[in-house]
Amino acid sequence: MSAHGPSSLKPGERHNGDANPRRRFVGQSVTRLEDPPLVTGRGTYVGNLNFPHQLHMRVVRSTWAHAIIRSIDVSAALAHPGCRGVWTGADVADIPPITFRPTSVKGLEPYRQYILARDRVRYVGEPIAVVFAEDPYVAEDLADLVTMDAEPLPVILSADAPPGEFAPGLSTEAVVMRKAFGDIEAALRDACKVVEVDVRVGRHSGVPMENRGALARIDHSRDVLECYGQGKRPHAHRDAVAALIGRSPASMHFYEGHIGGGFGVRGEIYPEDVLTCLAAQRFDRPVKWVEDRRENLLACNHSREQHHVVRGAFDRDGRLLGIDAKLWHDQGAYVRTHGARVPDMAMGTLIGTYHVPAYRTVGYIRMTHKTPAATYRSPGRFESTYACERLMDAAAEAFGLSRIEIRRRNLIPKDAYPYARAMDILDHPVELDSGDFAGLLDKALVHMGWEQMQAEVAARRAGGECVGLGMGFFMEKSGLGPVDGAKVTVDTRGKVQVITGASSIGQGVETVMAQIAADALGVEYRDVKVIHGRTDLLEYGIGSHASRATVMTGGATRMAALNVRRKALEFAARHMVEAPVELLDIVEGQVVRVDRPGEPGIPLGKVAAALAPSPETVAFGNPGLTAEGWFETAGMTHPYGIHTALVKVDPETGQVKVERFHVAYDIGCAINPMLVEGQIVGGVAQGLGGALYEEFVYDERGEPLSVTFADYLMPTIGEMPTVDVLLTEDAPSPNNALGMKGAGEAGITGVGAAIAAAIDDAIGIPNAITRLPVTPQRLKALLQEQRAGRT
Amino acid sequence: MKAGSFEWHPARSADEAVALLAEYAPQDGRVIAGGQSLVPSMALRLAFPAHLIDINGVEEFSRVRVEAGELVVGACVRHAAFHQPVEPGPLGRLLSRVVHDIAHWPIRQRGTFCGSLANADPASEWCLVAATLGARMVARSVRGTRVIEAADWFHGIMTTALADDELLAEVRIPLLPTGSRAGFYEFSRRAGDYALAMALVAWRDDGGRMREGRIGTGSIEVQPRRIATAEALLDGRPASAEAFAEAAAAVSAAVDPLEDFHTSAGYRRDLIGTAVRRAFEQAGD
Repeated sequence: MSAHGPSSLKPGERHNGDANPRRRFVGQSVTRLEDPPLVTGRGTYVGNLNFPHQLHMRVVRSTWAHAIIRSIDVSAALAHPGCRGVWTGADVADIPPITFRPTSVKGLEPYRQYILARDRVRYVGEPIAVVFAEDPYVAEDLADLVTMDAEPLPVILSADAPPGEFAPGLSTEAVVMRKAFGDIEAALRDACKVVEVDVRVGRHSGVPMENRGALARIDHSRDVLECYGQGKRPHAHRDAVAALIGRSPASMHFYEGHIGGGFGVRGEIYPEDVLTCLAAQRFDRPVKWVEDRRENLLACNHSREQHHVVRGAFDRDGRLLGIDAKLWHDQGAYVRTHGARVPDMAMGTLIGTYHVPAYRTVGYIRMTHKTPAATYRSPGRFESTYACERLMDAAAEAFGLSRIEIRRRNLIPKDAYPYARAMDILDHPVELDSGDFAGLLDKALVHMGWEQMQAEVAARRAGGECVGLGMGFFMEKSGLGPVDGAKVTVDTRGKVQVITGASSIGQGVETVMAQIAADALGVEYRDVKVIHGRTDLLEYGIGSHASRATVMTGGATRMAALNVRRKALEFAARHMVEAPVELLDIVEGQVVRVDRPGEPGIPLGKVAAALAPSPETVAFGNPGLTAEGWFETAGMTHPYGIHTALVKVDPETGQVKVERFHVAYDIGCAINPMLVEGQIVGGVAQGLGGALYEEFVYDERGEPLSVTFADYLMPTIGEMPTVDVLLTEDAPSPNNALGMKGAGEAGITGVGAAIAAAIDDAIGIPNAITRLPVTPQRLKALLQEQRAGRT
Repeated sequence: MKAGSFEWHPARSADEAVALLAEYAPQDGRVIAGGQSLVPSMALRLAFPAHLIDINGVEEFSRVRVEAGELVVGACVRHAAFHQPVEPGPLGRLLSRVVHDIAHWPIRQRGTFCGSLANADPASEWCLVAATLGARMVARSVRGTRVIEAADWFHGIMTTALADDELLAEVRIPLLPTGSRAGFYEFSRRAGDYALAMALVAWRDDGGRMREGRIGTGSIEVQPRRIATAEALLDGRPASAEAFAEAAAAVSAAVDPLEDFHTSAGYRRDLIGTAVRRAFEQAGD
């Protein structure tokens, strides 16, 4: 893989009326600050943490996909000498079901999950009891002794199947969602051609290297219940778990430590997290729970499983008049913390980068007897981009246009911003902030050598190889607001501490915040220490999700650092230097006079020392070289990109080999291009998993068949192609001072679309791929059908 | 994924190992060498051995040697030992080609050749080698030593002729004669995965004509086996694309493929034909 720096901005050139134009670290691929403990075995993953006298919790899980619980026999477990307790649903009857985030979607409440099953179980893996022991091995022995007697009920395993009964009188169709604008009936009526695709994405999910875990205890010196191991959204989840177990939020704190991957699934509020905190409270002992991989694959959120039928109404030139879409969303057994956000985003983003005058979409959100589903990196967008791009490829075929040309004719023009769509996504009105889609397409085609690649493919085909190219154009959303805060403090040695409400899930948030703070303040980035994921150090914080940390927390960090800078300069001007503030600057951690270059400066640490509490500093305002900063965004940012794949198909086995993968991505402003590229390459790997390998398969009784890494196939380095990344900064966001857009999901969103298109091209059958993942057996069957059709 | 409790009995000699096995086999005792299949199944609580007789400390079991026209592989010889040819002839070269398709590097450092034979997974590469090349398994117990032919060794999925108190002390594989050619091909979803189909072929080149042809299949049926009807098509013919294709078709016709939720019998039947043909095409000396 090769790195490509931002292409459109010259060094030092910036946009957007920045109060502090100096750029020393922002935009540079500086090395990560967070790695030393990670590469020297000093990580603080929850599995590494222990407290004296802790209990180990083990979850007993349903082996039934759908059944009425007759009885749960815990007597054998209780009789075991190592047993310190067993709970079933009856023991936690006072705990309400797990809440979901506020939403305007009505009717989801009855589908929430209790922390232990009550009268029914609805998926294999559902927690039915927990056992407690002094030793994790004994805890697992105890769990094996708990048995359940149940009366099986019929299972529903597909969102396409007719809805059944979730509970007496309650349908498994939880809600039907609708979004629309424009006159779709007229578009369909006036169309020259209506092109339809019927496509499915399989059930897969983010599978972090670190399994879920939690360690909770009460610190009696402060009467605080502490919980370690939570990432993603510590503040919000602290509040939610506190409410569930009846504590005040101020008497409970979450500490993130190190997190081995998030991807949207790790760090949600799961029954196990609530049970761990509740147990610490009830036993008044530290309680530790760490799941194993089988549990992780059974019980951590699944995602993605959707069926899309998309009809595009095109005029005679191949321009879209409207899109009419339907979606069947497999929600699994319960509605978890995300409510209906995944189908909401799928429906809201399906039309992507295209100018669509009329749009109508209906989403059938249906419960099945499988693991509950929620967000996974690029939630809804991986699925909808795949569906929309399949439509564009089908339209290219129907109109006899190239796959590039059909897209060019429909991309939103660059002079159309801000570009509003008369609908909401996640209760926010859609307004695309900036973009130059055709410009990125031009650059991408040149950068990857599209013409040469096509020639190469043609030559190899002539030599008998089955190779092809495919493309997926996508629009992302990032920087979900509205507000985030940070606190910056300089100590008496001149070291800077940034306290943020972000979460570090491996993406490099410490480094990025340090770069932003260092430039805003005028210090070395290595002198900046970034704290994250601690509810006790900052009252508010919105964590890391939805590609938001750099934009939102970065915005807040910059504001706080600028406030500290102003404070240092004003105090120095008044009390330490005989000079007006306009003549002062901070350079490399020293307050200097701009009119006297070469004169020794005052180290920031001295300014901090001078700002120690005293009548003078109280009179100045407030003591300490510290300040908070708040950032409010005017709206979400919308980065966008193009994925291109070169694949080779083995027609005898149906095996697909991805030989090359290219990502062109406009990020507005890359704080650290190396980290952006790292995010993208990792995302591509996960995307290839969903496109070719990963699938949670169930048998007809609802028994999950993909519960180990021997059956749930994640791509390894052996399956990874070369990934070439082109980063551009042609469409900075007007919604923040640096023009930043998010990077977290850029690598994954278009992979399914690009791979499906490339396979179509390789096997020479238009619209062949309608289902992900494309397994060798499915592809071989497609090829055999084609051969049978020809003879 | 934490194993149930068990007692661990380290053996320091072959005699001690079989004595421990005689004592503990009736009490749910098992032999552990590399543990690359046994330990995961214990962790998943699919296996609950009460006693483990650990033979990793038995020095004589770690030896691989050539003796009377046979390659003799001791009970604790790791897969990784075959990364470089263990003998200078065609067999050594074949085994070093095959070993690279066995799982991943860390597993090959620990897992053992004889452990694979004793485990008898239908997808085991070494079981395919043993079945195709006619290996002989040497079983030891306090009752004595017996030799079991490959044809009698496999009794279906993960079942062998080995008695509970017997230890697979070594496997003896006949060396391939000079002038032999042999090829191996397996198909799996990812590098290092269990194969969905695999084939091993070998023959003696007799002035451009194939003699003593062997065609073995693995990962297709409950156990690896030679396909006599396909082998019969080879004798005396030149090594040609036509002969390979005919043999491949004969194999596809002869097998009764296993089916699972991911893989249909028809797909497997198709794959094995491809695997046989590619094994021939890639055969070397």
